[in-house]
Amino acid sequence: MKKLVKGNEAVVIGALVAGCDAYFGYPITPASEIAHKAAEYFLKLGKIFVQAECEVGSINMVYGAASSGLRVMTASSGPGISLKQEGVSYLAGANLPAVIVDVMRVGPGLGNIGPEQADYNQVVKGGGHGSYKAIVLAPNSVAEMYSLTIRAFELADQYRTPVYVLADATIGQMMEPIDVQERDVKHYDKPWKVDISPESNENLITSIYLDFDDMEAHIRRLDAKYHEIAQKEAQAEAYRTDDAEIVVTGFGIVSRLLHTVVDSLREEGVKVGLIRPVTLWPFPAEYYAQHTPENAKVLAVELSAGQFVDDVQLALRKHDVQYYGRVGGNVPSLNEIREQILKCVR
Amino acid sequence: MLYNTLVVLLDIDIPMSQILQKPASFFENFDRKPSQQNTTHYCPGCGHGILNKLIAETISDLDIQDQTIFVGPVGCGVFYYYYFDVASVSSPHGRASAVGTGVSRSNPDAVTIVYQGDGDLAAIGTSNALHAANRGENMIVFFVNNNIYGMTGGQLAPTTLINQKTTTSPYGRSLRNDGPPLHMTELISQLEAPVLVARVAMNSPKNIMQARKIIRRGMQAQKDRKGYVFIEVLSQCPTNWRKAPIDACKWIDEVVTKTFPLGVQKDIVDEVEPMIRELKHPEFHEIAHAVGLDKSETLETKECALPYPEIRLKSAGFGGQGVLSLGLIFSFATMKKGLHTTWLPSYGPEMRGGVANCSVVASLEKIGTPVVDTPNILVAMNKPSMFRFAPQVPQDGLIIYNSTMIDEIPSDIQTPNVFALDAGNIAAELGNPKFANSVVLGFLAAKTRLFTLDELKNYVRAYFANDKIFEANVPALERGFAMAQE
Repeated sequence: MKKLVKGNEAVVIGALVAGCDAYFGYPITPASEIAHKAAEYFLKLGKIFVQAECEVGSINMVYGAASSGLRVMTASSGPGISLKQEGVSYLAGANLPAVIVDVMRVGPGLGNIGPEQADYNQVVKGGGHGSYKAIVLAPNSVAEMYSLTIRAFELADQYRTPVYVLADATIGQMMEPIDVQERDVKHYDKPWKVDISPESNENLITSIYLDFDDMEAHIRRLDAKYHEIAQKEAQAEAYRTDDAEIVVTGFGIVSRLLHTVVDSLREEGVKVGLIRPVTLWPFPAEYYAQHTPENAKVLAVELSAGQFVDDVQLALRKHDVQYYGRVGGNVPSLNEIREQILKCVR
Repeated sequence: MLYNTLVVLLDIDIPMSQILQKPASFFENFDRKPSQQNTTHYCPGCGHGILNKLIAETISDLDIQDQTIFVGPVGCGVFYYYYFDVASVSSPHGRASAVGTGVSRSNPDAVTIVYQGDGDLAAIGTSNALHAANRGENMIVFFVNNNIYGMTGGQLAPTTLINQKTTTSPYGRSLRNDGPPLHMTELISQLEAPVLVARVAMNSPKNIMQARKIIRRGMQAQKDRKGYVFIEVLSQCPTNWRKAPIDACKWIDEVVTKTFPLGVQKDIVDEVEPMIRELKHPEFHEIAHAVGLDKSETLETKECALPYPEIRLKSAGFGGQGVLSLGLIFSFATMKKGLHTTWLPSYGPEMRGGVANCSVVASLEKIGTPVVDTPNILVAMNKPSMFRFAPQVPQDGLIIYNSTMIDEIPSDIQTPNVFALDAGNIAAELGNPKFANSVVLGFLAAKTRLFTLDELKNYVRAYFANDKIFEANVPALERGFAMAQE
């Protein structure tokens, strides 16, 4: 069953198919259609939708619903995500699963509502306090806004951890057909949740450990979990990299632009390939190492002033990694990217 | 233990079941407490412990221990879970009412208890507290007001009294610097949704008995799912007030209650109906129906000769000319035809200068970038968009422009395939100038030979899912289609 939808609507349909029970959010451009569609569909289906009084309120309602064992989500954009970060830290600290969608706009400050990818550091590096990580999935199509949202709910429950879907204004606002079929979605028992069963009386959702040794043990347990996630869940896609003399890399909408440029340059005989990370944390560092030929040059393209490039450089320490980016809401033209690639080759 | 001992001493013959015992919803031993597990963490003389006991007794007496979910704060109440044998959630500072909202909505049959102090609820978390009250969340909020921040070391609270000295009001609270004390009970009682709003105190047997009655009424209201209950509890803080416990209790009667009078501000519990919320778990077919998926049939890729390997269309004009809809319907039609397609609206800076536009890509192959820099098809509905985009169209490209609005075209156009269409006037003749985009869409369909007229009409009908709107557009579609064949 196909439907032509905005990326933002695809997120909501994915959430419903994944069995999401509750949505708590606050309006912000360019993520608002997620709230619009969640309100329309969740209420119609007898699920929970609350427009919170603020971003902080919404992430804490998410915390309450997650504590109750529900599949729950929220969505926002840069400034709203900044406000939610304390709550994300609490979710991570209390081992609570939740899905947070960030449809990135331009910052810092009020910025504007154009596309950017400059929430990279605050989302991928964990913008809240404390030693925690959140899984970050980076869709590059409307179809992936749908499928990766479903995956986000599975990962969140499997590892009891917050998971981000990190999109940008372009992916959120563009329309593409999605093909929606009934599918097996993994569900997990949640014996730790609070509800009205006698068994849950002994359950306590918290992230406080007053004793330093207890707290250290808690942090180490979290860290072991993150280590397992890093081993198992990193994901990326390589395209025409086998004989590449230059490898370009970018995530989200940028990877779509790069794909087109790679095809057209290949027709001209330029040996260029593409690596596109699907997960940003865990960063698919090994995949980069495996798919980047030894002497290839590397160009990281991003809609921010040099954030993503740091992780590419860490993954490919022996390679010459260059940066190219546009900011402020501008998306580079195909010609512009082409010129940058040719400049690296020459 | 104390009561058992008393019974032995007094040698009274009372059955054990009738004796007031430690409520079952209190833990026998405080095992969650890291040390000194037979005493509470509260300071000597503090009111929190009395309130904890009143709540625990009520939980036991109303037989709601399993139903109860306790949402705690950051502040002196933070360690409530040392004592209560109920499902528990700790919140970030100030957020208990928001966390409680999530808990209560997720557990519509639970009794959700939210416990917050005056810094937590009336300062950092005021917004969340007020809005939870205003939504009438099904929960009971205990607002412990001791006029000071206890846990962090006796700082000024929103409820600190005028002239009261704290560690951050060393010269006493002043109107000039800090404003007057905040009256949360009075504030919340003004809202429509709350069913019971009251202020009680923990300082004397009389006030405690009165509080006990009100707490029971509030908890019973919760058990009956009557909505939002707010109970402000004046509590003595001998440690941070720097007073002996007995003096602290006296100070509530003599001073604090003059600013924060006791009593029930609002009680409509008996007038309201229970709030029954049911959380559903719909099946896939119900979800598909709700999101409008069951209306669309699955399509095979149909035989289709594309004018370009990849159609890269730009539809541009003034906002209100329907250029975004035109692109969207075109994209929808190509999807119906079984093609890959993307639609992308213009953004930010591009909107300046009177040009709204969208990009549509359609292809038999998977699509790379959805951004159209060089359109091979341009629909220009106004002059600025014609001058902006027409020169970018390559030699084999196609330009259709609305000559109603465009009396001059750029001189540096590369393609010879330029068609002027008096779309605005034609649409006006057909009854509504707003249908100009449908005239162009009909023309575009025929010129590219992507769709037959019947196909186009079917797709437009499916797009609108509203026969009246569709029928109104048909003459414009037909006229445009016919003009392309002339």
